Order: sequence, then C-alpha cells, then structure tokens
Amino acid sequence: MKAERMYGIMAEFDSATALVEAARKTHQAGYNKIDAYSPFPIEGLAEEIGFHRDEVPLVVLIGGLVGGLTGYLMQYWMSAVDYPLNIGGKPYHSWPAFIVITFEMTILFAGISAVFGMLALNGLPMPYHPVFNVPRFSSASKDRFFLIVFSSDPKYDAAGTRSFLQGLEPRSISEVPS
Amino acid sequence: MDEHYKTTIDAEQAPVIEPGHTFGTVTEKISAIVLTRPASNGWFVGFGVAFLLTMMMLYAIGYLFLKGVGIWGVTIPIGWGFAIVNFVWWIGIGHAGTLISAILLLLRQSWRNSINRFAEAMTLFAVACAGIFPGIHVGRPWLAYWLFPYPSSMGVWPQFRSPLIWDVFAVSTYATISAMFWFIGLIPDMATLRDRATHPAARIIYGMLSMGWRGSARHWHRYETAYLLMAGLATPLVLSVHTVVSFDFAVGIVPGWHTTIFPPYFVAGAIYSGFAMVLMLAIPIRKIYGLEDFITERHLQNSAKVMLATGLIVAYGYGIEAFMGWYSGDRYDAFTLWNRLHGPYATLYYLLLICNIFIPQVLWIRKLRTSPVALFLVSGVILVGMWLERFVIVVISLHRDFLTSSWGMYYPTRWDWMTYIGTIGMFLAAMFLFLRLLPAISIFEMRTLLPEAEVKE
Repeated sequence: MKAERMYGIMAEFDSATALVEAARKTHQAGYNKIDAYSPFPIEGLAEEIGFHRDEVPLVVLIGGLVGGLTGYLMQYWMSAVDYPLNIGGKPYHSWPAFIVITFEMTILFAGISAVFGMLALNGLPMPYHPVFNVPRFSSASKDRFFLIVFSSDPKYDAAGTRSFLQGLEPRSISEVPS
Repeated sequence: MDEHYKTTIDAEQAPVIEPGHTFGTVTEKISAIVLTRPASNGWFVGFGVAFLLTMMMLYAIGYLFLKGVGIWGVTIPIGWGFAIVNFVWWIGIGHAGTLISAILLLLRQSWRNSINRFAEAMTLFAVACAGIFPGIHVGRPWLAYWLFPYPSSMGVWPQFRSPLIWDVFAVSTYATISAMFWFIGLIPDMATLRDRATHPAARIIYGMLSMGWRGSARHWHRYETAYLLMAGLATPLVLSVHTVVSFDFAVGIVPGWHTTIFPPYFVAGAIYSGFAMVLMLAIPIRKIYGLEDFITERHLQNSAKVMLATGLIVAYGYGIEAFMGWYSGDRYDAFTLWNRLHGPYATLYYLLLICNIFIPQVLWIRKLRTSPVALFLVSGVILVGMWLERFVIVVISLHRDFLTSSWGMYYPTRWDWMTYIGTIGMFLAAMFLFLRLLPAISIFEMRTLLPEAEVKE
C-alpha cells in the first residue's frame, strides 16, 4: 500500500554542481519523469532532465502581434470609420500618428502574455504540491538542491530507484507521499 | 554566471558582494529584515511623518475636488503649472528603476542584482505619484476616464493624433509592465519567505504571493525566458515613455518646446534624476539595515558614473537649446533664450544650471564618488535641479505668449505645494512599507552572484 501511494523519491544535494551531475546520470539511466529543484536558476539544468520545449517566446510573439494589430486597427476604426473627425485638416487615417499607441499596445500585450503565459505553462498558481510534504524541501528555497523521480515513471520501482539515487551520493533521501 | 563573478573580483574595483557569503547567509540576511527584525522607533517616526504628509496631500486634493483648479496658481497663459512639472519629474525618477532592472540585465551588468528590487519599487511608487497629477489636473477629475477609448453613449472616441492621448497609453502601459516585472521578480523570493516565516499568517500571505513556486528546473527555464523577454520589452518601453512625455511639449508650437532634441534629452534627464533618487534611497537603506555587504562601494561608484554621463547629455541638451535659439533666427525662439537668461524667472534658470551642470561635475573626483555622504548631497542637488528643469520648461515657455497682451506670471499657491510635498510623503510612506513587507534585495539573484553558484564540470 505504501509503494502505491508514493508520489516519488527525492534526493537532496549540497551544490548546484552535484545536482546537475545527478540529473544527467538519472536521465541517462533511462528515467524520464524526473524533476530538479534549486534555489536559483541553473543554466543547462532543464536540458539535463529532458526539457527542451519552451513555448514562452511563441506566446509572447503571438501576444505582441495581437497587441499591435489591436492597437492599430482600433485607432483606424475609431478615427476613420466609426466617427471620422476632421482634426486640423489631417487625414482620417493618419498612420504616423497611430504608431505610438500601436507600439505601446504591442508591448503591453506581449508583456501580459509573457507573465501570464509563463505562469500558465508552469501550472501556477498551485498552492499545494506533494513535494511540500517533505519537511527538508523547505530549504529548496534557500541553499539545498533536490532531484525527484516520479512514481509515474515507467522505470520506477520503489526499492530499485531508491538504491539508484543512493548511488548518486546525496545528502539525504526522502519518500514523497502523494 | 561564472564570468559574472570573475568580473566582480576584479582587483581594481570593489566587489559586488563582500567575500565570505553563502546561499544561507545571503538568504538569512535579506529575509531577516522582513521576518525577524523588529521595527525600530526610527522606522515608526519616518513612516509617521511620511504618512502625515500623505494625509496632507489627500486634504489638498480633497479641497481641490471641492473648489476646482482655481485654488492652484494656474491661469492662462500658464495652464500647466505644478501639476505637469511634478508629473514629468516623478515619471522621470521612475525611469532609473527600469533602466537598472531591464537594460542593465540585458547588458549583463550583474552588479544590478543588489539594487534592482528596490529600484523597481521606486519606479512603481514614482509612477503612482506621477499618475495623480494629470488625473487631478483635468479640471473635472471624475471624468478622467474619458481619456480611455471606451464605447461611450456620446459615440465619440479619443483624438489619436494628439500626444496627450499617446501619453495615456505610454504611462498606463509603463505602470502595468513595471508592476508585472516587479511581481514576477518577487515570486521566487516570496517562496523563500514562505518557507522561512514562522507566523502562520505570514506563511499564508507569502505562500499565496509565491503562487506555489517550488523552484523546478522546468519552471526556472520558462521563468528566465519570460524575465528576459520582459526586460527586452521594458527596454524600448522605458525609452518610449519619456519620449512620449517630451512629445507632449515638442509637438506643440510653443517656443522653447518645439524642438527635436527633446526626446533624447528628456530620456537622459529622466535617468539622471532617477539614479539620484536611487542613491538617495540606497545610501540610508544600506546604512540602517547593514546591507553594506550587498550594496557596496561599487554600486555607489557605478551609479555616480551613470549620473555623470547622463548629466553631460542633459548639459548638451541645454547647450543645443541655447544654440538653436540663436541659430534658428526665429525671433520667438531667440526671445525664449533671452527670457530665460534675463526674464522674471532667470534666477531659477541659473539655479538649474548650477544644480544640474556645475555641482555634479564634482563626481569626476573618485574620492567623492565613493563617499556616501557626498553622493547623497549631490543626488539631492540633482533632484532639485531636475525639478527646476521641468519648471523652466513648463512655466518660462508659457508665461510669455506670442502676444504681449497675453503675458502673465505663475505663482504656485499653498495648495500646489501641499500636493507636491504630499506626493513625496506618499512615495516615502510606500517605501517604508515596502522595506518591512518585501525583500528589498532580490535574494535569488544575489545567490547567482556567489562563487558556489557556479556549476563545475
């Protein structure tokens, strides 16, 4: 019963170097459903655990395009279609005057897409997560580095995975209840 | 990361972080200000004074709503007065925060990691102060929402060929992007505070604000992408904001305003005054909270150099303005120059030159660049000078109209002063609260500066 209810097994490391190395070995050993936790971003760590598709730039690009189009078309429609007003003899469709707001709307929409896109792709906000059940995990936001193998991994088996992680010489090993 | 650190241990320069710190000590030292350090009497006095000044501002604005803009010194021909002077001053101050957080990030200036958080907070509070002024200056402030394009029962839309509506979009975009940039920067630190806090309420509040951040490598990857893209977006944005503010003047045909030098010279002036405000805040904060290890001599020096450089650009702007007054051959432009030098407000113009051009040249002296007291005083002088610059631009240009029959004078009333000083109080009150409630230095970005953050292969 115990094994079924586990969310995964978590190993704790002392340094960023140890975590990157452990992540690489674990991934090379054939574990695919793994994750690594660190108190600051570590370059290349995401690649080591097999994460290659970052969609944030695409979301931001789409946001920016939508923003720019919205900004320009809004001004065009309001000034030249819906309520044309003669202002100092300028053309209704005075495109140079519309550039500033088009630019600002591009930035605004792209920025909103970056923040909300990043949060959504990360599945945040998520106030509860099984890893928080491990008391030692509170130092993941301070000075410790963690690697987890999820129990959903096809190669996962409670005893075997545990001894594999033990071989990586972690500081401690914890079982993560789901 | 590694090359960043190498630059920080350059023997010539003071380090970005004093040696001997670890992930643990950096975390503890910064989070302790929020979590464990009791509020001192000095904090209560400072916050109390700032709070009273905020109340004074609300009183002045309340009276304004009751009586109308007639209580101010604005009259025709000077319809802009303090409200616009203060608006431009505050929004300019905000620009340094974005410069530090976004532009210096893109330029890989890792020393910015210790000052970006409170500089961004400064931006937000300065923009909040700035935003008050146009809102209460419109005459019927309860109709200020007419500035936005919304489907009204009148069927009309804003006039998009006017720089004033561009400004509405620029400033509101700037406020939104600055707030979001600041917030996502705070998320990992909120997780740190959540895990360190002992009070259950603090854990719940910081826990909510951290959005359940757990430091997953996938999350960090997307986070860094988003953060970098936000920096890339904020960079042209911040340059555009003061450019658009300068369009409010430059697109008009008033002599003294109608010039193409305005956008770059406004942006430089904004960064100039913003860095002065950063130093005026950083110098007491590092002293009082014992953060000299994190905000080192290096930061003071670099900020002083930025002020020196932008100050010279501003001086060049003044020079070109004067030159064009003569070279254009336009009699109104020439008169504007003459009027600045000999008119009724000439004292203010000379004071402006002293504050913005002459006194800051002392920053060439290395000894003064590294002296907190000297920097604090010079920064104060620059802030006064930059305020005078906006006064000169707004008031001197307007008070002598094309026809002598429409000449006038502008004298601020006590309500003008109360509102202006009140916004300084509001700004400081917000800063006082920020220092006690949120980590004033970005903890996770400080960790990346430590030698142990380096991954050794």
